[in-house]
Amino acid sequence: MNGALDGFFDIPSDLQHSYPGLIGLHLREALLPVLAGLLLALPLAQLCVRLRRLYPPVLAVTTVLYAIPSLAFFVVLIDYTGQTELTVMIPLAVYSLVVLVPAIVDGVRSVPEETLAAATAMGFGPVRRYLQVQLPIAVPAIVAGLRVATVSSISLVSVGALIGNQGALGNLLAAAQKYDRPVLAVNSVLTTAVLAILCDALLVLARVLLTPWMPSPARRRPRPAARRKPARPQGQEATR
Amino acid sequence: MNVLGFVSAFFGDSAHWHGYDGIPHRLLEHVQYSLLALALAAAIGLPVGLVTGHTGRGGNALAFLATAARALPSFGLLVLMAVLLGIGLVPVMIPLVVLAVPPILVTTYEAVRSVDPSPVDAARGMGMRETRILFQVEMPVALPLILSGLRSAAVQIVSTATIAAYVSLGGLGRYIVDGLYQRDYEKVVGGATLVAVLALATLAVFWAVGRLVVSPGVRRR
Repeated sequence: MNGALDGFFDIPSDLQHSYPGLIGLHLREALLPVLAGLLLALPLAQLCVRLRRLYPPVLAVTTVLYAIPSLAFFVVLIDYTGQTELTVMIPLAVYSLVVLVPAIVDGVRSVPEETLAAATAMGFGPVRRYLQVQLPIAVPAIVAGLRVATVSSISLVSVGALIGNQGALGNLLAAAQKYDRPVLAVNSVLTTAVLAILCDALLVLARVLLTPWMPSPARRRPRPAARRKPARPQGQEATR
Repeated sequence: MNVLGFVSAFFGDSAHWHGYDGIPHRLLEHVQYSLLALALAAAIGLPVGLVTGHTGRGGNALAFLATAARALPSFGLLVLMAVLLGIGLVPVMIPLVVLAVPPILVTTYEAVRSVDPSPVDAARGMGMRETRILFQVEMPVALPLILSGLRSAAVQIVSTATIAAYVSLGGLGRYIVDGLYQRDYEKVVGGATLVAVLALATLAVFWAVGRLVVSPGVRRR
């Protein structure tokens, strides 16, 4: 085992980053776009919840945007933003936005009418009701969306290696081919996967901390028939 | 020149329409890779998802497996496989299948799980066998969601199959990768446009299939 993984952390110096440096770069290139996507998705989703007619066209546009391959997206942007980190981050932000908008809309819409009525009766205005009632109840759905966006963002950064060495850990792949050292490719894949799983676990932890009223996943025992939800809860339209 | 200029120049050049590196041939290659990967992923994801969804067991294990598979970077996996196995169809299929199985598996599981239990109980009360319940009661109701899982898998495969060109295989990624090396932006943008259009065509095909196979009683606006 030791022999097979010789030089695992031996990063070629032409990458201009140490191993921790590549990890930091990778996280920055992957997570900043998700954050940007979330900041854009929150108001957009709120608009869609408010104006029901807006949701189907928004959903159509986002589906089309999501269908654009990342490599194609990167490449087309080169003409405008050059071979920079920004070229990698813009598509990732768009993909995050696309995943997050339906997640937030469904989450906010799934808040029961009675809960909203109770909040209104207690004198909550629309803003306070949104921030203190709807958004917290939607947290599980939002985090579910964030998990998908984060994991795919972390794995897509590697493709940036194809456009002028902007792939952070993905750049190790090119180095693996250039110097014929497969161990660098193993390093790239494993490190990226571990980063994705760690970030995913952190999001699950955040969900547990943010929703103290929910049963913890460890204690929840699935009871087959009883726990089944009806096909589609009323008032919630097909999402995809 | 802007993107539209590149696009019209690429598609206007008749040299891009003939021969081995012509658009029809590359398009066909891309569709072949994508269909093969989708078929392999469906052959793995659908049965497992249906059975686990029907019995309701193993959901946590599935979710964990799906997260682990999603965490693997497709591009990294492709290069790693190419470095380890050499150049060929197998190193390209492995990352594409790894990419496509989780959405199929998880959506199928969720789709079957979320079928209203009362008709299932009624069918069981009428003496239907479990396999018949799965195929005649649960499947038709779960079909729209199952198709949506297949659709997102298919779109991701079509997008990702571009990277096959990076390890010397064909497909539409050829234009993007070659264009990048040759600093021929016309080619790059043309290739990118073709892939995006193919991904949209995939969406359209799934929409049409949904109209055809989903029972009108189950269909929702």
